[in-house]
Amino acid sequence: MGDDEDVELLNGFLVLLVCQFLGELAVMASGVPVPGPVIGMLLLLVLLAVLKRTPADIRLVSEGLLRYLAFLYVPAGVGLMVHAKLLADYWLPLTIALMVSTFLALFLTAAVFKLAAKLDKSRHKAKEESA
Amino acid sequence: MDFWVYFAAKPLFWVILTTSVFIFACWVNRRANGSPLLHPVLVSMFIIIVFLVFTGTNYKTYFEGAQFIHFLIGPATVALAVPLFDHFKRIREMWLSIFIACFTGALVAMVSVLLVAMMFGLPDELLLTLAPKSVTTPIAIGIAEKIGGITSMAAGFVLITGAMGCLMAPFVFRVLGIKDDAVKGFALGLAAHGFGTASAFEMSALAGAFAGLAMGITGLMTAFLVPVVVAVLGIG
Repeated sequence: MGDDEDVELLNGFLVLLVCQFLGELAVMASGVPVPGPVIGMLLLLVLLAVLKRTPADIRLVSEGLLRYLAFLYVPAGVGLMVHAKLLADYWLPLTIALMVSTFLALFLTAAVFKLAAKLDKSRHKAKEESA
Repeated sequence: MDFWVYFAAKPLFWVILTTSVFIFACWVNRRANGSPLLHPVLVSMFIIIVFLVFTGTNYKTYFEGAQFIHFLIGPATVALAVPLFDHFKRIREMWLSIFIACFTGALVAMVSVLLVAMMFGLPDELLLTLAPKSVTTPIAIGIAEKIGGITSMAAGFVLITGAMGCLMAPFVFRVLGIKDDAVKGFALGLAAHGFGTASAFEMSALAGAFAGLAMGITGLMTAFLVPVVVAVLGIG
């Protein structure tokens, strides 16, 4: 990391904000019910793919933010206090629904990915053999 | 000038409270050997809620300060593109299996939670909040907000799902006889987002990389799938 001094945190932050802003604009214009920041993430992904690398200033600010990602959602989480009654009324069905779904997601993803990875491998092998 | 001092100090207090409580919660979590049940966010939420209830402060007042932290979720979501791009080579090599597994997993996570919840007759508002529960929190919060769910609850459900996934995973892998770290990591990242990714990294760097990859793609895919699934099931 010899070029640390050239790294400008603000440049990276500006890129993230502009991507988010364009994402919000796209959502507003199209009416697609997808969060603006998710479109912003897609835009940044495309930008990185075009550049074929991650510029140091974008990496620096991104990794900094992601390192403290958990901290950022504490304020939203505290909002649970407003819904104490709803939670008290429905905690059991909510817990069951979450447990069943988490189990199924884990189980099926592992099974499908194992199968699909085998297919991918045999596809690659067939390609190599035919080449 | 009194007015400005007063005005600025109060929101600032909530930022300081949130930050210091979170630092304390991280310490608690380390003492508990990183147990997902004592995740720093869950511990922080608990302490802050108790504090607010005890001092008779309503959530709106707290959020006047805390919104300055909350605001960063937007750029942080955009930043998820960076770790995802790091896996670009791997995605190109295995795009078919990654796509099939992510699509199946994301759909199963969403549809199953909704069907079980509908069976119990939960109100629409809660169904819309449950739908994005297996994706990483910033995206889940965005989705819940977009489709009319309760954002703070969405955050809570995501955290609980993450903790459950980490606790169930060893059992599931044993039943399926899975030994490949890539498969383990992938399933963990898909079903248990950031929690799963963290616990996959404890297994190996390979498991962690696949978990991060699955988490990113699942988040993207779910954002587009949720509105469709919700409409098909006739919710909201």
